[in-house]
Amino acid sequence: MRGTIRLATIIYAILIYGFIFLPVVTLVLFSFQATSFPIPPFTGPSLRWYETVLADSRLTSALGNSLIVAVISSALATLLGFLSAWGFARFYIPASAVLRGLITLPLTVSYLIIGMGLLVLFNAIGIPKSLLSAGIGHVVINLPLCFAILYSQMGEHQANIERAARDLGAREWQVLTLVTAPMLWPALFASFFLSMTFSWDEFVISFLLTRFETTLPVEIWNLLRSGLNPKTNAVGSLVFLVSIVFVLLFELTLFRKQRR
Amino acid sequence: MNPLVQVKNVSQHFGSMRALDDVSLDIAPKSYTILLGPSGSGKTTLLSILGGFLVPSAGQVLIEGKDCTSLAPAKRPTTTVFQDYALFPHMTVGANVGFGLRMRGVAGAERDRRAQEVLKLVGLPEAFGKKPHQLSGGQRQRVALARALVVEPSVLLLDEPLGALDLKLRRQMQEELKAIQKRVGTAFVHVTHDQEEAMALADHCVVMNHGRIEDEGPAERVYSRPASRFSATFMGESTIFAGKVGAADRIATPFGEWALATSAKAGSEIALAIRPEHVVTGNAPLSFGQATVRDVVFQGSFKRVTAALAKDPALTLLARLPADAAVQAGESMNFACDPRHVLVLTR
Amino acid sequence: MWTLAFFAAPFIAMAVVSLTSHDGGGGLTFANYQQFFANPSYTQALVNSLEVTLIVTVVSILLAYPFAWILAEQIPERWQRLALILAVLPFWTSYVVRSYSWLLVLAEKGVVNNTLVQLGLIAEPIQLANTRFTTVTGFVHFFVMLLTLTIFANLKQLSPSYRKAAADLGAGPVRTFLHVVLPLTFPGIMVGAFLTFVLAIGDYITPQILGGNNELLMPQLIMLQIGRRGDFPLASALSILLMAVVTVAYLASARWLKIERA
Repeated sequence: MRGTIRLATIIYAILIYGFIFLPVVTLVLFSFQATSFPIPPFTGPSLRWYETVLADSRLTSALGNSLIVAVISSALATLLGFLSAWGFARFYIPASAVLRGLITLPLTVSYLIIGMGLLVLFNAIGIPKSLLSAGIGHVVINLPLCFAILYSQMGEHQANIERAARDLGAREWQVLTLVTAPMLWPALFASFFLSMTFSWDEFVISFLLTRFETTLPVEIWNLLRSGLNPKTNAVGSLVFLVSIVFVLLFELTLFRKQRR
Repeated sequence: MNPLVQVKNVSQHFGSMRALDDVSLDIAPKSYTILLGPSGSGKTTLLSILGGFLVPSAGQVLIEGKDCTSLAPAKRPTTTVFQDYALFPHMTVGANVGFGLRMRGVAGAERDRRAQEVLKLVGLPEAFGKKPHQLSGGQRQRVALARALVVEPSVLLLDEPLGALDLKLRRQMQEELKAIQKRVGTAFVHVTHDQEEAMALADHCVVMNHGRIEDEGPAERVYSRPASRFSATFMGESTIFAGKVGAADRIATPFGEWALATSAKAGSEIALAIRPEHVVTGNAPLSFGQATVRDVVFQGSFKRVTAALAKDPALTLLARLPADAAVQAGESMNFACDPRHVLVLTR
Repeated sequence: MWTLAFFAAPFIAMAVVSLTSHDGGGGLTFANYQQFFANPSYTQALVNSLEVTLIVTVVSILLAYPFAWILAEQIPERWQRLALILAVLPFWTSYVVRSYSWLLVLAEKGVVNNTLVQLGLIAEPIQLANTRFTTVTGFVHFFVMLLTLTIFANLKQLSPSYRKAAADLGAGPVRTFLHVVLPLTFPGIMVGAFLTFVLAIGDYITPQILGGNNELLMPQLIMLQIGRRGDFPLASALSILLMAVVTVAYLASARWLKIERA
């Protein structure tokens, strides 16, 4: 009886793992396809499609754009998230709970709707579609996340630490730069990398808010129009690799924090 | 001697809640003052007002003769040791202790020298390069103390500084706190709800309840002659029973008429209390009469006895008998006390 | 208080957006909403969306719960972290790329069809791509990972004492699970379900890539208004409707979400 259950759980786990990895393995495997269709039989391995990708100036410039947008928008979202979390945690703000609810609202609203809203707004006030507007969009979606992470790290204990600093003569800017920010360093780092991951991956907002110069997910979307193509596999595998790097950095900072 | 700190008619309201109600208090230089009270008694609020973290709704705070009522914490000659120590987690112990000096523009080398000196004073000379998370609770407590002392405040405020430590460590730290206070000569104001801590440390003990000062004075006096019923129950255990003042200092009790000195008017209802260590078996001038021993707990140096009194079964008499006293639960015996040990409580 | 200025930016943006959405057609009018309810192909999109989302939510939970349980209880402690990281690794592939990958797998001559034909289970490749089945598969794939993560965290938070206490009081493993573990993890499941619902109903990429245009879901309908027709007012009205659905879902599950917080 016990053995049967054990066997059943093992089989179940393997099946789920299989289900989870099936598309990724297929993607990566056929990115090494030698012929021009990413369907069985496998004819590789060949780096042919990776060369094509790297030679494609549209894709490489989109990759550069994606990185720039991700870094800048994440830095901005982290900074704003930090300041707003600090403001909420340290000062008495009327209707604080309602405002906090509003600031985290975008977490539950579809990106499509946020993108849509921004598009309408930018249209109305005359901001043209560009990488800049997409970057603003990414700040809007990542700000709530950074806010939530950082706000949860600013409890009474942290408030006391700041009080102690003030008691010992630190001015407000000294409290922020010498105590609050360094104290929350792991959380700031985590927010930044999580934002990077989301921004790097984000499609709908970039799709709606950029025109000529665009980010990688949008460029991949354009590639999809040409149907199944090992080139898409190759670029997809590359994107996957970069995301994994982000996630590992995030995990590492989290690990460091836990060890403390 | 002029008081170092004068609290004048301070009140603090939080919405409709009165955390402090017209409190006045003087603190002498070089003294160790304990604010003792249950949670919600206003003791921490008073400490926050002294530290400058709260501006009182009414009243005045003078430190060294200067009006500090609404002065920022950094600008007044006080520093605070927080209950959770509030050490800067990202700095070394040395940098933590040196922080106040750094804010005062003291140069690095001098800062380190003085930080090291204070760390030696609190008994942690080897901790200078460590991070707070590498230290034990007691060690962190000392670092917090060192950090507050290094800037040489006139008054050091301690918010339940020993609350997070286990009992043994707490007793040990008590002695050290007292010794450190004597050595540096700074006035300490220390908040606690632990009466033993209060008795061990206080030069001046302030008992608080419901936002008021119930009693204040030397710890010994507060224990032996409490000013109120609350302070009698909060500072140590006792048996409390009702009395009515009759003519010529005679007080009617459930155990008969007792002759006791009191300033209360004839006819007024008062409370009487007796400490357990003053209850004796057998004969003494004032008798409680027969009582049935309900429970005997051996506590090493004494036996803690509870007994139901025949004359007032609702009342439980608490007595502390010698460790070798032959008493057993269920036994019936006579209990008594000496008139000079009876506490007459008019409030 | 100066920090308030920083929150104000996104707030005002959101507020202005909702305003422009309402009066986008020039003046305040409900014409867009009337248009939506009058057109059966529009309402059908909402129905499709709700159906797909509900199926996805239920299937994902049913698949993820046992998996999370196996990870949390059956795998030795020291391998758990690795097992979990592995289980959610594909979670971090780009959304677009992940959907594309499923297209590869389920294409007419893709891996699945190929394998089935070779095994002789089917004679001809079956049409898998561009159906509701594909959309659901793509969604379930994503949300199984997400839910595994949340449920796993939930199971790990449970103090082992509960299980020991239940066993001590004579409950067998099955009853312990039904009466102790399941009720205690229920709030976590509800949070996961809510998250799944919200994310799935608002997603454009998965249905567009995997489902194609045979059966429209709400997000596709919204994009269609923007992309093909440039009809911002109608698209805004549809967005507001979608948000309303999410709000209703939130209110419906608010009870459990609150328990979680407490």
